[in-house]
Amino acid sequence: MRQRFGDVMTMLEGILLTIVTAATPLLFAAIGELVAERSGVLNLGVEGMMAVGAVCGFAAASTTGNPLIGVLAAIIAGMLAASLFGIVALFFVANQNATGVALTLFGLGLSGLIGDSFVGTPGIPIPKVDIPVFSDLPVVGRLIFGEDPFVYAAVVLAIATWWFLFKTRGGLIVRAVGDNAASAHALGFSVLRTRFLAVLFGGACAGLGGAYLSLVYTPQWTQAMTAGRGWIALALVVFASWLPGRLVAGALLFGAVSILQLHAQAIGIGIPSQFLSMLPYIVTVIALVVISRNRALLSVNTPACLGRPFVADT
Amino acid sequence: MRRYIVALGAAAMAAGMISGAQAADKVKACFVYTGPHNDGGWSQQHDMARLAVEKHFEGKVETAYVENVAEGPDAERAIERLARSGCNVIFTTSFGFMDPTLKVAKKFPDVKFEHDAGYKMADNVSIYNLRWYEGRYVQGQIAAKMSKTGVAGYIVSFPIPEVVMGIDAFMLGAQSVNPDFKIKVVWANTWFDPGKEADAAKALIDQGADIIVQHTDSPAAMQIAEERGLHAFGQSADMSKFGPKAHLASLIDNWTPYYIERVQAVLDGTWKSTDTWEGLKAGLVVLGPLTNMPDDVKAMAEDSMDKIKSGELVVFKGPITKQDGSVGIADGAVADDKTLLGLNWYVKGIDDKLPQ
Repeated sequence: MRQRFGDVMTMLEGILLTIVTAATPLLFAAIGELVAERSGVLNLGVEGMMAVGAVCGFAAASTTGNPLIGVLAAIIAGMLAASLFGIVALFFVANQNATGVALTLFGLGLSGLIGDSFVGTPGIPIPKVDIPVFSDLPVVGRLIFGEDPFVYAAVVLAIATWWFLFKTRGGLIVRAVGDNAASAHALGFSVLRTRFLAVLFGGACAGLGGAYLSLVYTPQWTQAMTAGRGWIALALVVFASWLPGRLVAGALLFGAVSILQLHAQAIGIGIPSQFLSMLPYIVTVIALVVISRNRALLSVNTPACLGRPFVADT
Repeated sequence: MRRYIVALGAAAMAAGMISGAQAADKVKACFVYTGPHNDGGWSQQHDMARLAVEKHFEGKVETAYVENVAEGPDAERAIERLARSGCNVIFTTSFGFMDPTLKVAKKFPDVKFEHDAGYKMADNVSIYNLRWYEGRYVQGQIAAKMSKTGVAGYIVSFPIPEVVMGIDAFMLGAQSVNPDFKIKVVWANTWFDPGKEADAAKALIDQGADIIVQHTDSPAAMQIAEERGLHAFGQSADMSKFGPKAHLASLIDNWTPYYIERVQAVLDGTWKSTDTWEGLKAGLVVLGPLTNMPDDVKAMAEDSMDKIKSGELVVFKGPITKQDGSVGIADGAVADDKTLLGLNWYVKGIDDKLPQ
């Protein structure tokens, strides 16, 4: 009996750990997009920026043997990809939707080209945090004290983003630009500069999310390994009604259901696997729709100028 | 414009002349891939065989390929472009290229077509595929010998006969060693998503599986097995690099012998439309390298492979009982290819419910 209890606890710990890691790349990409959208820019290129980040991170880490350089390369690559979008969509006022989709296609293609010689080579492992005693605590030990460094970074990033957006002057400017670009402009804030920086931040975060996939989650590079996670991140931002706290909840929920459906299959509960594969999407949509029923809150948090280009009439 | 048409006509004529019934001095062999040529799995194995063909017939055979071709109507354009560009033989390497291949083949009767994994033939369309299940059976035997928990975790893509055949063959092999062996099955509903494949491997391991076998394309599950100190089998290509301590044996697609034989036939002018379904014996399916296992397990695996090659051991030979207890294959009977290609039931002992 005791033995069985121990087994269940070990399994529970395994499940919780896997859920957190499954949520992490989504959280990275989504938090960056959240800031970009708060500034009024809809960048549909998240998937492409993730792919570029994933391949550059992997390439830099395996060439130099230093994962930290890989992470930096991924961030820079994500920002470079984002700057392309920013220049075309903001300064040349091209259609944001079209430019974003183009960035996704471009990023996926470019990543295949860059990664050509890295296919089939395993990456270098990144050590997990290990604090004596604490990491060995039952169930919560590894969950709280034994994750890989990226997981902590994602949590810190989410909190920092919340603090920045709602507690600082800079965040207020970002939100003002997203809500009413004309007024912000009239007050003397540079709309385009603010938006460009927000887009760059989005690129950096997407690159980081991609690097998490190619360096930690599955240390390898293959084309299209992001497998649609950029699109899920985009959806999470909308369903989280542009609030970082809800975004964390949404990412965890999505991660939880996608992991639990695999466990349900392995146990053999006899529900069609196709239906179980749909569950993460259905559950996340339903949950976030339910918590978004507060119309007042929603209208306050939706960036009113989202996706609308801004041209200063000087 | 007119010059263009004339040039096209000349090219078509030239192509027709080369690929007639007589022997040819030079052959252009072309390939259509569904993924990138370096996807680390399915398409890459085809591309490696293409390069081997080029090397084997140095100077006499020119090759070309088109990659990332979506299955469906788009494929028709890609195949037709190759046919027009003077290819003498075109290998279309994915199930979804079946109808497009036949359509283009009709328009270009002098070009030879080879379609992988389909079932429709024509005078100038051959079909070819591999008997992976022979290797799966041996994998099952190895798994049953190596597992401490007596449970293997099986990550699969879609419930099509080829995949079901693999699960059944694996279980039959495992049961031949340990009649009580268990398999836990997880359907990823994708051929390629490293993250999801890794998640599936973690879930299976957390539920007690200590051997992972996969019918999906990425080496992610192998890496998880390595991380957890367990064992796994590779898929499509040799994945031992991804799990130096975890890797047992990869089920490798080796198209090279087939491609060389077929291109030779085109060179000789002896090419005929054929239906090829070969496995270990022809060397098209390779199970290897056998790593991280004691010598007796290795010897058993090699012995089984020899017996399959010689025909002494037939994987789908009765008596085989279905999951529900009814007769699958009668005592002494051997399942014919038609039965296998439509296989839609589990053998007894598999816990999963097959999605219909």
